[in-house]
Amino acid sequence: MYVSVKATPIKSLKELPRTEQFAPGHRLCAGCGIPQVVRFALKAVPDPKVVVNATGCLEVATTIFPYTSWGVPWVHVAFENAAAVASGIEAAFRVLSKKYGTKKPKIIVFGGDGGTFDIGFQALSGALERGHDLIYICYDNEAYMNTGIQRSGATPKGASTTTSPAGKAVPGKMERKKNLIEIAIAHGIKYAATMNPAFPIDMYNKIVKAANTPGPTVLHYFTPCPTGWYFDPSRSIEIARLAVQTRIWPLYEYEDGKIRITVPVKDPKPVEDYFKLQGRFRHLLEPENKWLLDEIKRDIEENWNRLLKLAEQK
Amino acid sequence: MMGKRVGMNGDRAVAFAAKQAKVDVISAYPITPQTIIVETLAEYVNNGELDAAFIPVESEHSALSAAIGASLAGARVFTATSSQGLALMWEILWIAAGLRAPIVMAMGNRALSPNINIHCSHDDAYAARDTGWLQLFAENVQEAYDLTLLAFKIAEDHRVLLPTIVNLDGFILTHAAEGLYVLDDKDVDSFLPPRKPVNPIDPDNPKTYGPLDFTDWYMEHRKIWYDTYPNVPQVIKEAFAEYEKLTGRRYVQIKTFNAEDADKAIVILGSSAGTARYAARKLKEKGQNMAVISLTQYRPFPRKELRTILEKFDVVAVLDRSLSFGSPGNQLFMDVATSLYNAKKKPLLVNVVYGLGGRDFTPRHVEQVYQLMEEVQKRGEAPEEPVWVGLREA
Repeated sequence: MYVSVKATPIKSLKELPRTEQFAPGHRLCAGCGIPQVVRFALKAVPDPKVVVNATGCLEVATTIFPYTSWGVPWVHVAFENAAAVASGIEAAFRVLSKKYGTKKPKIIVFGGDGGTFDIGFQALSGALERGHDLIYICYDNEAYMNTGIQRSGATPKGASTTTSPAGKAVPGKMERKKNLIEIAIAHGIKYAATMNPAFPIDMYNKIVKAANTPGPTVLHYFTPCPTGWYFDPSRSIEIARLAVQTRIWPLYEYEDGKIRITVPVKDPKPVEDYFKLQGRFRHLLEPENKWLLDEIKRDIEENWNRLLKLAEQK
Repeated sequence: MMGKRVGMNGDRAVAFAAKQAKVDVISAYPITPQTIIVETLAEYVNNGELDAAFIPVESEHSALSAAIGASLAGARVFTATSSQGLALMWEILWIAAGLRAPIVMAMGNRALSPNINIHCSHDDAYAARDTGWLQLFAENVQEAYDLTLLAFKIAEDHRVLLPTIVNLDGFILTHAAEGLYVLDDKDVDSFLPPRKPVNPIDPDNPKTYGPLDFTDWYMEHRKIWYDTYPNVPQVIKEAFAEYEKLTGRRYVQIKTFNAEDADKAIVILGSSAGTARYAARKLKEKGQNMAVISLTQYRPFPRKELRTILEKFDVVAVLDRSLSFGSPGNQLFMDVATSLYNAKKKPLLVNVVYGLGGRDFTPRHVEQVYQLMEEVQKRGEAPEEPVWVGLREA
């Protein structure tokens, strides 16, 4: 019933499969983190596979008619329903493979944070609850970047976006980011993990695990956005790495009921190192916003300690 | 050849037809008065009577989204909805048609809120009229069954490849049991062999479905899509003819009754056509002559055929079971008026509103419409505003 070809983990980037199913010449911005996860996912998940894409940066930048960057079947229907469309494709192939021996592909879904945390949340929850065999990858650039830079449920506390602008009365977004992984886990899925482009082997092997897990899996991918975060595109990976080193973006996985931190961070770097490189956080370093910076630091510490506890319990 | 006679309500008849069509995927969410369809199909699947995937989605929005995915994958796909459910699907209706996904959807026609009302109006059918879906209207339970089988035949035809709605009036047809003839499974198999998809999702032959169009291509793609519709009636006629050979039951795009010598006619959709014909027969006994024109094929709208039929009448009353707020007329009225605009000889047109939210529509109301048409004929002038029949008298 499930794909019989096993995905294989790697130890070094030299072992990356050479096949490219995501063509160069796409129109994603310089310094954007999205293409890395797409290339890696298409390499890590064995054929046959099908990609379903929610409306967003990835969709609009890779399929401008008459061009396409996709060397695998690729389907886009709307913004909020990628998980539902994937459910239908998965169910169809389940039946067609039984009735006519059609090969059953693995379904990979790509959605941005808007299409996952917000408008697509219900469809994702439904698909996870029903147990469809699919890998859901959320590429999270922490705002609605395809429509500009509007806040989403994934925008971190303190960030300035066009719908949560840092003003005199309200200095940016005041709410914490939704915890996608734990919400996903609560559906009873078997595998979920966070990923980051600065840790490519960790990322690749998590996609491999997701590919080898029957049923739904959720991968939450951190992707820097030079346009929306206001930084020099050349510093994209540096910023991504800092997000992990400051404990803002812990790299961990949930597998067989256990949480495991895959990239331990013993001596975290100051969050200021991460904030000062990005225009969206610059106001946090002003003296009048110290209270907010302190609050964010407390949140990060609290989240890290909670994660450590969860990881120790098992 | 007629098949076996059984008793069923409309919902069960539709579900039975979908089962005999050997659908591969059913993706559905329950909503009154369509719920029995979904429940019945779930029973078939769980009892092992139907080898299909039943996706019990979390909303109508996802029901149609999953249906599109399954249809693009090459499966024969069925779903059902009503009213608010259709409204929740609305965005996705366009995409199903534009991606050329031949999904069959039964719609238990029901009024839209407010106020919440579970009974029959045609609000939902009309709400889908510009989305590119084909629409058929059933007049009774037999037709609900037959048209469901026909819908698969039409939708999946390679000259069509468009999603199709089978409308059946909420409660009047969905819940009322009638006698009907059902085909033997083997006859359905010969009429509806397994679907042969065009360009299905195939990892060995990857394609990009639903890309981005800029200003350089969007209009051309719309034109290709739009140009499909003039070809559809021929396919519908062929399907009707083949079905008649198999069952002896004759279907036409437009049903006419008493059209030869009458000078007045009413145009109507759905189950009320039967009531209208009954009343017309009674009127004829009194020497009052009225034609009844009902549409089995609502989208694409049979514009030319209807014009040919209607241009000979003096007065035509168009009956709408819905309102189009702030429009020049209600929905079917606008369709008919537009179709007649360039006719050499034009009847006077009256728009009648009836049966909203399940309000009874009786032969007495038809007689009222007839009398209204007589007055219009005498005056030589039609009322500007729609005339309501069946309103409660304080």
